[in-house]
This record gives sequence, C-alpha cells and structure tokens, in this order.
Amino acid sequence: MLGYIFRRIIAIIPVMVIVAVFVFLLLRLTPGDPAAILAGDNATPEQLERIRNRLGLADPLHIQFINWIDQLLRGDLGTSLISGTDVSAMIGSRIWPTINIGVMTIIISVLLAVPMGVLAAWRHRSWVDYLVMTFSVLGFSIPVFVIGYIFIQIFSIELRALPIQGYRAPSEDFIGFLQRAILPSLTLATIYVALIARMTRASMLEVLGEDYIRTARAKCVRENLVLFRHALRNASVPIMTIIGTGFALLISGVVVTESVFNIPGIGRLTVDAILARDYPVIQAMILLTAGIYVLVNLIIDISYTLIDPRIRY
Amino acid sequence: MKFKSRTFDQAHTVLALRELSVNLAGRPDIAPILDRISLDIRAGETACLVGESGSGKSVTSLAVMGLLPPDALEVTGGGIKLGERDLRAMSSPDLRRLRGRRMAMIFQEPMTALNPVMRVGDQIDEVLRVHTDLSPRDREAKVLDMLEQVQLPDIKRMFRSYPHQLSGGQRQRIMIAMALVLEPELLIADEPTTALDVTTQGQILKLIADLQERHGTAVLFITHDMGVVAEIADTVHVMQHGRIVESAPVEQLLRAPKEAYTTQLLKSVPSLVPRRVREATHTENVLDVRAMTKVYGGGGLIFRSEGTRAANEVSLSVARGRTLGIVGESGSGKSTVARCIMRLVDPTDGEIRVVGTDIARLSRGKLRPHRRHIQIVFQDPFRSLNPRWTVGRSLVEGPLNFGTDRSEAMKHAGDLMELVGLPRDALDRYPHQFSGGQRQRIAIARAVAMQPDVLVADEAVSALDVSIQAQVLELLADIQEKLGVAILFITHDLRVAAQICDDVVVMQHGNVVEYGSAPEVLADPKHDYTRALIAAAPGREWDFANFRPLEQSA
Repeated sequence: MLGYIFRRIIAIIPVMVIVAVFVFLLLRLTPGDPAAILAGDNATPEQLERIRNRLGLADPLHIQFINWIDQLLRGDLGTSLISGTDVSAMIGSRIWPTINIGVMTIIISVLLAVPMGVLAAWRHRSWVDYLVMTFSVLGFSIPVFVIGYIFIQIFSIELRALPIQGYRAPSEDFIGFLQRAILPSLTLATIYVALIARMTRASMLEVLGEDYIRTARAKCVRENLVLFRHALRNASVPIMTIIGTGFALLISGVVVTESVFNIPGIGRLTVDAILARDYPVIQAMILLTAGIYVLVNLIIDISYTLIDPRIRY
Repeated sequence: MKFKSRTFDQAHTVLALRELSVNLAGRPDIAPILDRISLDIRAGETACLVGESGSGKSVTSLAVMGLLPPDALEVTGGGIKLGERDLRAMSSPDLRRLRGRRMAMIFQEPMTALNPVMRVGDQIDEVLRVHTDLSPRDREAKVLDMLEQVQLPDIKRMFRSYPHQLSGGQRQRIMIAMALVLEPELLIADEPTTALDVTTQGQILKLIADLQERHGTAVLFITHDMGVVAEIADTVHVMQHGRIVESAPVEQLLRAPKEAYTTQLLKSVPSLVPRRVREATHTENVLDVRAMTKVYGGGGLIFRSEGTRAANEVSLSVARGRTLGIVGESGSGKSTVARCIMRLVDPTDGEIRVVGTDIARLSRGKLRPHRRHIQIVFQDPFRSLNPRWTVGRSLVEGPLNFGTDRSEAMKHAGDLMELVGLPRDALDRYPHQFSGGQRQRIAIARAVAMQPDVLVADEAVSALDVSIQAQVLELLADIQEKLGVAILFITHDLRVAAQICDDVVVMQHGNVVEYGSAPEVLADPKHDYTRALIAAAPGREWDFANFRPLEQSA
C-alpha cells in the first residue's frame, strides 16, 4: 500500500513536466505581448524593446524555458511581469478564499446529491426520481454565471437576506463568511450536485438489484439501513470516482463564480493574469491546479481501499 | 439407495399453502405466475420443490418470505399459514418481524448473496441486532457458536473475514449460519448447492440435514437436480407452469411417477452409467496437446514470484469424430485448458497441434487462418450472442471473415438452422426472441458454420434445464455423426460426461489425474480423486430414467 502511494506520487512528476512544457508553449504561441500591455498605448518601439529585455522576453524560447524550470526547481515561482510582486506571495494571499469556498461547495454537494440519488434509485420511476433527474438535467445545462445572477436576484436583491458580493475570512468573522460564501458555494454546487446525484442514482440502481440486498431484506433489516448501510457503501466507488473527476468542473467553475461574486480568490487572479498576459502567474496557476487535480484523484483512489476491502494495491 | 422414509403424522404443520396464486402486478387478465398451489410442510420434514426454470419454484419461496418484487408481482389469492398465523392477513411490520425470526432463507449464489463490504461476522450479528435485545457480548458468543455449528474452521478469524476471503462452500456455510442463528421453524433453501462443486455440495447437504435434525426445522428445498432430491427429500412437489402437478413421498415418486410430466423429467436425467463404447472410425488425431502448461502471474521485475499453475503439463488428444470430456471441479484448470487450446489465452509452455500445425506459439496474425479449424460453444447462451445482431448476421460473420460470398454464406446459414432443428426463416430474428435451449442451438450452429475440425464445448449444457439438456446433447451427437467433428467437452457434471464422451480426462489442481476411456474412468476409477468425485454425485445409486435402483455393477 505504502509502496503504491509512493509509486503514484513519483508518477506525478512526468505529468507535471508535460503540463509545464504544454503551458509554456501554449502561452508563447498565443497572440498578445505583456510588454505592450505594460508599456501602454503610447510606447515607442525602443521602450518596448527595453521592457522585453528587462523581463527576459527577448531571449530565445528554449532559454526562457530553461530559466523558468531552473527557477521552479529552486522553489521560486518567479515574479509577476505586471506588478513585479512575488508570484508565490500573490497566490498565497488569494488561495484561501478559493479553498474555503471549494470545500464548502464539496460538502454541500455531497450532502445534497447523495441522498437525492439514493432516494431517486429507491423510488425508481416515481415522481421523486423524475424530479431529481429533471433537476439534474437543468443543473448541467444552465451556465454557472446565470445561476449566480439568479441567486443574487432572489436572495440578495428581492429577499435582502444575504450580501450581494464580497468575502470575509472565516477566522475573522465566521457568520460574515457564511453569509457571503453560501451563494457562491451553492452556485458552484449546482452542476456538481447534478453530476453526483446522477451517478449515485445509477450506481444505487445497480446495487439494489444485487443478491445481498435481497439477503438483507430477508433478514428484515430496516429499509433505511438496507439503503445506507448495505447498498450505499457498495455503490460508493463510482460515486467517489465522479467526485474526483468532477473536481475539474469545480476548478473551472471557480473562475466564473469568483468574478460574479467579486471574491478575491485565485480564479479571479488567473483571469486577470490571462488578460494581462502575465506569463509567470498563469504558468504557476496552471501548474498548481494540475497538481491539485492529480493529488485529489490520488486521494480518491486510496479512499477506494477504505470503502471496499476487495480493492488492494 | 436408501431414501428418507420418515412419517410425519405426529408432527405439527409448519407451513401451509392453500390455493396460493401470484400474478403480474396489475395484470389479472394474463395467465398467473403461480396457479392455486397448495402444500404442507411439517416440523422436521424436507419438502423438495422441483421443476424446470420458469416453473414458479422461486416465486413460491419469495411469496412465502414476502419478498416478491413489489411493483412486478403480487399475491392475488389463497392463503399462506406459518403455524397458526395467517401471513396474508398480517401487517407488513409484523410480517417483517417474522422474517428472519420464524422463517429464514438461503439463496443459490453464495458468491453474491453476502454483502462484499461487510465482515461476515457482522452480517450474522445483524440478524441478532434486528430481532433480539441481546447484549453485544451475548450476540458475539451466539454468532461464534453458530459458526462452530456450521463447522467452519478457525471461527475467530472467520468472524472477522470479508466474503471474498472465503471459498464458495464457506460462504454458503455463513449463509446457513445467518439463516439458522435464530432457530427458525421454517428454512427455505433456493438451489443452495447449485453453484457449488459436487464434493462441497455433498458437505453442505449433510450440514443442512444435521442442523435440521438437531433443531427440528421444516425445510422447503428448491432444486432442479433430481440427484439432490433423491438424497434429501421426504416429500417431493413437482412444478410446471406455475402449478404443482404431482406431490408424493420421494420413493413413491421416483419409483412410480403418476404424471406424464414427472415421468418425462425423470427420463431426461442423464445416467451415470457410461453409454456403450463406440467404434473409432478415424485414427487421425485432429487435436493433439503435448505437455501444455499455463502459469498465471509470476514474473515481477526484481523478485520472481511463483505464479499459479492453472494447467500443468497437460497432454491429451482427440481423433476425428470422437468426443473427449474434461471433468473436474472449479479451479481444476479445465477451462484454462480450453482457453489455451482456443488460444484465447497464451499457454506458457508445450504444444497444441490442430490438424497437424502447432498453434501454441503462432503470432496473432499467423494464427488467423487456423482459427477456423477450432470453434467454441460457451456456457451461457444468454450472453454469448450479440443481442443487437440478427441470428443470421451472427452466423455468417465467421464465414464472411474468411472470404465466403455473402449470398452463399446466408444460404449455408439457413442450412445450419435446419441442421440444429430451427426454422430457416428465423435467421432474421434477434437472440431475445429465442429460449435458452434454442439460443444454445444457435451458438452451436455458429460454431459449426466455420466447418471446424474441433468443437470445444465449455460447460455448454450446464445452464440448461434437464429436458433441454438432453435435447442439446442429442443434437451435438447428431452433428458429430453428420460432420465428423471432434468434440472437446468440458463439464463438471459426471452424468453428462458419461452420456456423451468416448474418453475422459479428470483434472485436479491443474494436473491430469486420470485419462482413459469413459467406461474405464467412470465405472472403474483408479485415482482417489475420481472415486471421490463419483462418490459425491448425488443420487448415484438410483437409475432415474428406469425408475429403479442401479444394479451393483462393480
């Protein structure tokens, strides 16, 4: 088991290398020049040249790449081309709002979606099932920002129950945090709930047809225990898988949600960096999200062994 | 043959079914699934419910347990009485309390009937938790006692094991422990030994009988196997199309069946006595396997592990027009041998000569032209045909791959349908429009469409009812006669092997332990394992087809 985890962690390295090369080339190949953005509209070609030289953008591509990798290996993410601040400091100050909202989203999603899926499977082809499935289709098809604005319209503007925008750190003002984080989390959760509920329903439907469920009923185990003790655990491997792969949805959803709700998180940091062609920040952000994605899926894979004793690595 | 011939005149009635009817839910207009069946089971009695698939055996048991799928089937008439209580008049919470406490059930598939993610001890414990107020300590003591009673080894470790760590027989013992831990008055056993090896089957049947005697339980035993019936039944109820057509004490039923259907059922039970020896018409071996070995696993870059020897130096040969049977229990390596010969898996070592060419090491590409010499029929006709293809398309696919003209292939496919006893115009139909036996006929037609020299039948009749089984065996013999194909017949069923094989190979743990002509091996076995296999075959002393005991021949 430990050997397996070790091998999996080693296997992250080539993934990150490929991501690094890909991101680097992609950014250099897309049109747009950070020097031009920095220098402003009235810059002369000489000024531009000077800025390019200062930022190291005039070097050949492979030199730039080697410099960047060299920096990375020393644990230095570089400095922003635009603000000149340290990229790790920028990310460090912006990552907590995103993590807090992300964790809240996952908790809300699982708490809503799993019971919805279980119920839909239990009452297969009843109105409950159709309701859950309809919600699920809507959740997939409505864009994240539309949902965000609808929530703001209802809860903040019509009902005046919650603040429209902004963010508070939970350590300073927990109630204030909840008030401001609940709408962005719900917005982000919509698509995630749709995904997980669908998977839970499908997986439960399969498990409920198994012989050991009939055995449990023959023992006259109460129905809620049949569902949650006997069936759900057997159904949870595919559910965990979808939670892991759906994490990518969460990362892309964060970008939009943070803009809608004006939250100072890494999603907005990334958008701003992309608009300004701030290469070091974009590269660091993409490496970071790729790393988190790979790690989350490793954790999910390991969690299988806790769920199902037959799975051993 | 010694039958159980006990009288139960003094014993009280545990289960009484009176005119019980079950219909498809909301469809009173179509024929009922169960049609007014009545039976009594008294304390200590074993009543066997026999019949072919679809006869309503399992529906009967589920109706008694109150486990009918709620949206699909419903009880529409009649009464179910357990002791003095009328189950149909009871509310569902009361009925639930009864389930597990007064009546319990064991199922066919011990592999799937236990929850794979719960420890087996906890699964037995759950019964006690649901039905009693015992303290955790008392419950554990009771569970351990029960594990002891079902004769499991190392019960402390068993208690903490997960189902996948146990063998099939051990799991079925766990199921029995679970069913009997509250000492129910009625035990329903739905084909509890069908999925087990014959030696394990013997042990489980004995265990159920012992526990029944000790606790005075009434047992409703559902089976399709007349051998099992002869071993364990006090009373037999024969079912057909949702009705009980005949009920009688076991010996009376086997000696002098009254109904035509019972007679037909008994006549199709294959005899353990090998059929008469056939003259060999050809001497040319179309299949020649020499010292073939298959090792699974093993390897490892740094530390070489041993691996599992699924087949160890297996040698066998089949001449044109002859049938060789490979018999053995699960894990004996018989299916591995078949798969290697088909080159569905690659053998580790040895030679496989098909019509003279060694195919053991041929590359995929080189193997292609040789594939048509050897074809296979699988066990499960419900999964071996593509459900979205017409039968005709399945039949011509192979010949088309080998360059046959489409119209000619279709014409040949029609001939094949007639060869296997199906109408020519059924080529346009889909597999789900056929019964299991008909599908197996189609699978055989598909295999012989390639005009192979060797036909491998991997448990090809094991999933079929006895009467269908007899017909398919007849068809195979017929086709062999017409086409002169050699058949490699893999089976766990000695009765079937005795009826179709010229020669028999007995396998155990990947090794061939005995190899000879069918009469030699089956009537005069030399190896202990073969003797044990034959001794474990249920009902071996009874000649079902002739309604009398077998004469002591050896």
